[in-house]
Amino acid sequence: MAKMTMVEAINMAHAWEMAHDQSVVVLGEDVGINGGVFRATVGLQQRFGSARVQDTPLAEGLIAGTAIGLAAQGIKPVAEIQFMGFIYPALDQIASHMARLRNRTRGRLTCPLVLRMPHGGGIHAPEHHSESLEALLCHHPGLRVVCPSSPARAYGLLLAAIRDPDPVIFLEPVRLYRFMRQEVADDGQALPIDSCFVLREGSDLSIVTWGAMTVEALKAAEQLAGEGISCEVIDVASLSPIDFDTILDSVVKTGRLLIVHEAARTCAVGAEIAATVSEHALYDLLAPIRRVTGYDTIMPLYRLEYDYIPSLARIVDGIRATLAE
Amino acid sequence: MSERPAAARTTAARFEIPYRACLSADGRLLAENVRALADPSLLQRMYRMMLRARIFDAKAVNLQRTGKLGTYPSCLGQEATHVAVGAAMRAEDVLFTVYREIGTKFWRGVDMYRVLLYWGGDERGTIYEHSAQDFPFCVPIGSQMPQAAGAAMAMKIRGEPRCVLAFIGDGGTSQGAFYEAINFAGARELPLVCVIVNNRWAISVPVERQTAAQTLAQKAVAAGIPAVQVDGNDALIVHQVTVEALERARRGEGPSVIEALTYRLADHTTSDDATRYRSAEEVQAAWAVEPLVRLRRFLEERGLWDEPAEQATKRECAEQVEAAVRQYLSTPRQSTDAMFDYLLAELPPALQSQRDEARRYAALRG
Repeated sequence: MAKMTMVEAINMAHAWEMAHDQSVVVLGEDVGINGGVFRATVGLQQRFGSARVQDTPLAEGLIAGTAIGLAAQGIKPVAEIQFMGFIYPALDQIASHMARLRNRTRGRLTCPLVLRMPHGGGIHAPEHHSESLEALLCHHPGLRVVCPSSPARAYGLLLAAIRDPDPVIFLEPVRLYRFMRQEVADDGQALPIDSCFVLREGSDLSIVTWGAMTVEALKAAEQLAGEGISCEVIDVASLSPIDFDTILDSVVKTGRLLIVHEAARTCAVGAEIAATVSEHALYDLLAPIRRVTGYDTIMPLYRLEYDYIPSLARIVDGIRATLAE
Repeated sequence: MSERPAAARTTAARFEIPYRACLSADGRLLAENVRALADPSLLQRMYRMMLRARIFDAKAVNLQRTGKLGTYPSCLGQEATHVAVGAAMRAEDVLFTVYREIGTKFWRGVDMYRVLLYWGGDERGTIYEHSAQDFPFCVPIGSQMPQAAGAAMAMKIRGEPRCVLAFIGDGGTSQGAFYEAINFAGARELPLVCVIVNNRWAISVPVERQTAAQTLAQKAVAAGIPAVQVDGNDALIVHQVTVEALERARRGEGPSVIEALTYRLADHTTSDDATRYRSAEEVQAAWAVEPLVRLRRFLEERGLWDEPAEQATKRECAEQVEAAVRQYLSTPRQSTDAMFDYLLAELPPALQSQRDEARRYAALRG
């Protein structure tokens, strides 16, 4: 089994599915000969031809809208938005059409497609290249929003996303693209969508997180394990719909919940998780739910980005504070 | 892209927009070279469908006025463009519309009852039994265009001799999505024909206030694709240019844009009052060039139509419309579950409790 980065695993998932499903087509800005700005689609055009790997003009609304038309015609588009900060022009297509097509036609037309995009900060990118905007998408019923946190999960979840009968927004944490290498079998095995992944079991506190923050959460859990503190770390992975059963089971077990995400705090997915846990497990809680998140500020330019992104220290303090309640 | 000319000052590129018409407002033939002239039955069918659209339209407005239908956008005055485009398309082509083009939908087999259901607040109004790949009405202006380009791209990828026809209004040509789509279609030679229904008004804003462009057709010039402006109240020329554009697209020669000049004789929708922003004189002048009278006169002169045919067709249309209205009014609303049934292929567990809650309260409401 080959050891590979997340971006290589994403590339491999594309290639597997394109080889096994002739209807899969890749489109986006610079995805062809250039292989995408992060190289997620490198080599695909050479291997599968320019009809199946198409560079689009520089227009995100067009990319999303074109993907809808393709999907309704039976092509399976895997479309790339170059950075999540550029999603705004595509929101009309996503919200007004992609998320609604099945519902508004009573299932006559459907929209099985994947819209991939780099998510979050941490790589010293320019302005508008580091945003975490998942809440914008999770607020729209009719979409799935998925965010992998390791090469193997990126491979398996991307395959699941392409095979899903509904539109899937696939958020790829830029900070993890080349962060680690992991053995990933190129076996075409999809991972379950709509499910959390328990990355580390524990009994004192549940850390619920996703994307690049899983790495920091695992570090915090490891650090505190030395002090006899046992943290469970849950990668939500599917941000819409959320697998609340796994989260609630964990909170009932540990009695303490720390939510960690990179996105700004207000009206974010963490708020939804906190509210739902309060509704269903308030009396199992031994302490108030706490959040460690990006601040409610504009994502700063990169000199300050690590002041914004939740740090190991903030997460460790969040754990300690929750345990001290 | 062209090379730089070796001159201090010359012309880099030159463009022109042809204008075409076939039938004058009083039904005289201005051009012989249109194909519909060779098919009297097609001419009669187009006229009948225009009548049906007009009769349906009046009924729909009445239903809204009497509280039996939601807000409804009348197609009054634009029937020639809508019907002739339908007649020019093939069954296997795919149609994208805005929200007025009932003449096109009827031609493609959409039941009048479905259109009433849609404007009567029921998603089942978008179920099209006979044109199952056509998209439903598109309310967010211009947003159908990138999807139309995508559908055309699918046809091109598969090498199918099919085309996409996408309508847009004059107002829609102000949207970026319009330009993005025709630009992309041009760059990829996609089988896409875009028909701009220039009815002169984007709700209360006349086309002169929307753009400084002399024509809307010329917006296609920037996308590098051919465009033509036609008399949109002339079913014969609309049919002709649409057939030509679809044939061109079907041959793999790429997209084109047709601007059909017509007029919105009614208010924008039943919620609008156009007397607030346009003069009675202007509307009166537009009535003088409306599309049905000229086609009827022309058909009568050719011996293809007469008063008994007119009366019989009106009666028949009225009966069909009444039958559709009865079916619409007797259709029970969907169950509460319908909100959840088509959200995703399978309802996620997290939503099942919301469905149960909706069911409980719907049962209480009775």
